Amino acid sequence: MKRKLEVTELIFKVISYTLLTIFALGCLYPFVYAVSASISGAKAVDYNEIVLLPKDIQFEAFHRMFSDNMFWNAYSNTLFLTLYGTIWSLLYSILGAYALSKKRLLFRKFFNFFLVFTMWFSAGIVPQYLNYLATKAVFNGVGIMDDKWLVVIAMGMQAMNIILLRNAFEGVPSEIEEAAIVDGATEFQVLSTVYIPMSKSTIATVALFFAISRWNGYFWARQMISNSFEKPLQVFIRELLEQYRDAEFIAGWNEVYASDSVIYALIVCSIVPILIIYPFIQKYFAKGVNVGGVKE
Amino acid sequence: MKAVASDFLVYDEATHSYHENPEQIVRDDVEKHYWRHVGLTIAKDWRLYIMLVPMLVVFLLWRYFPMYELLGCFKVADNVLPVADQLFSGFSNFKILLSGQDTLSIEFWRALRNTFVLSFYGLCFGFPMPIILALFFNEVRSNAARSVYQVLTYLPKFMSTVVMTSLVMMLVKQGAQTSNMGIVSQALANIGLISQETARAGLLNNPGFFRAIYIISGIWEGAGYDSIVFFAAIIAISPTSYEAAQIDGADKMAQMRYVVLPSILSTIVIMLITRIGSLLNIGYEKVILLYNANTFITADVVSTFANRYGLEGAAKGIASAAEMMNNIIGMLLVIGANTIARKASNTSLY
Repeated sequence: MKRKLEVTELIFKVISYTLLTIFALGCLYPFVYAVSASISGAKAVDYNEIVLLPKDIQFEAFHRMFSDNMFWNAYSNTLFLTLYGTIWSLLYSILGAYALSKKRLLFRKFFNFFLVFTMWFSAGIVPQYLNYLATKAVFNGVGIMDDKWLVVIAMGMQAMNIILLRNAFEGVPSEIEEAAIVDGATEFQVLSTVYIPMSKSTIATVALFFAISRWNGYFWARQMISNSFEKPLQVFIRELLEQYRDAEFIAGWNEVYASDSVIYALIVCSIVPILIIYPFIQKYFAKGVNVGGVKE
Repeated sequence: MKAVASDFLVYDEATHSYHENPEQIVRDDVEKHYWRHVGLTIAKDWRLYIMLVPMLVVFLLWRYFPMYELLGCFKVADNVLPVADQLFSGFSNFKILLSGQDTLSIEFWRALRNTFVLSFYGLCFGFPMPIILALFFNEVRSNAARSVYQVLTYLPKFMSTVVMTSLVMMLVKQGAQTSNMGIVSQALANIGLISQETARAGLLNNPGFFRAIYIISGIWEGAGYDSIVFFAAIIAISPTSYEAAQIDGADKMAQMRYVVLPSILSTIVIMLITRIGSLLNIGYEKVILLYNANTFITADVVSTFANRYGLEGAAKGIASAAEMMNNIIGMLLVIGANTIARKASNTSLY
């Protein structure tokens, strides 16, 4: 027997669907517009003739982007930073979180506080900048000339992620560990054969968080990377935007595509790879929020 | 007379004599040679402690050394000497900032006020949105439709701050000789919300619009993603609760009031407290990317103030003093919020 919808329920449902549709389309619209604007003709973009669908379709803006070596260079730099940065961050986070998850660890409270305090208080931009400069000098002194390695090693530590890992490791039943120890496993073997396989999904979530913060990193990369061949994508996008913003008024643009189309093309290019892997990482993303919220 | 076994002496039935408690001997030894025992424990279990080392080194070098550099805000700034060798200047940097006399100080107070206002508005408008979205998601019965809505609303979260701000800047950009204004400004001008001149001058050049743009872009970016945790709380409600309410004659509004709200209240409280705790840790990257000299009046927050004077300018001591004050207030808010959370609901965030 199906209950009849009451009036208030019906009204509520209608309102929900309407507002939800409006909000979802509002979320989507800027992307659609960016795609349309990047492949529309110069006149259509400059006179705001496109609202949703592209007009006078051209692919010159994308062509220009793809034929720019610096663009590919920036892309490969970002991939480098994301890959090595995530591996490095994961490495010390997993090891540290494993040690912290052990009740028998001496000064466990102190080490936990050591981590958590960095979430409460940060020294601020200026001291961090001075610190990175000093690190850079030391790195150059020992022969690491690429600022990329400075960004990989010295940046992107997140205490919250270590705490997520620690909580996951604490949830592993101790009987399994004991069984492994009885079988003669060392500490490292216990970690790699028991703990890591048993908390795979949390590790994936944390790896995703690290990778995203590396992929998105902008401010310190811009401050610390001086060689223009080492600049990551985010810095490249921003510098190009500033260049176009300032140049627009000096010289007119007499090409097939508007100057804006180049920016839109760049925005589209930086979003597309994420959209491609989005279906695969979505579940970890949703999970991360739930484990991140509350502990005990 | 039979003595009770104490911590120090144990009565031996067989020999009718007292001898020392062996456990107490160990305890005494540990107390006397505490650090030797610590060393022995660590040596025996060295693999575990080796694992801790990389993490400790990384945090020490790049999280705690900067805090040592903070000493610079009590010292006379010097570009050559390391911070330890600089001359002490007491609280002079703080006095300059707090005095309210010169432009620097006036800008600092403005930045502090902006930080509060911006995050407070963010809390007022940004916080309810994910809850409302989660309630709406709950109304969508078909799984496929709900997935579509969710994917669309999570989408903006996957942009980096740079891409997001670039997009915002392009959508509300100013009009020029060769090109027209951004499409969103155009739309707002066409429906009469803002005048054509304002739209043509560029909304991001107008201090009156900065906060609105900052907060609306924040909602656009984060509301869908933040709704996940509330939606998880809502779908955890047992259907029997709704049925019981319906039998008692509750209409939709009454169900919202007496079934849904109490069930997700604890999640809301926790999330609210977290937000209040991080009230002052405003994302400076986004502000730096969105603001310009025209909008300092409403957009300049303490971190960007420190960035302008400390990194781009040369007033390193004053800039770090400004940020230190901001961060200490922020830390007190976090600790306070966490304490309240622990008292109120027995859930601690850390």
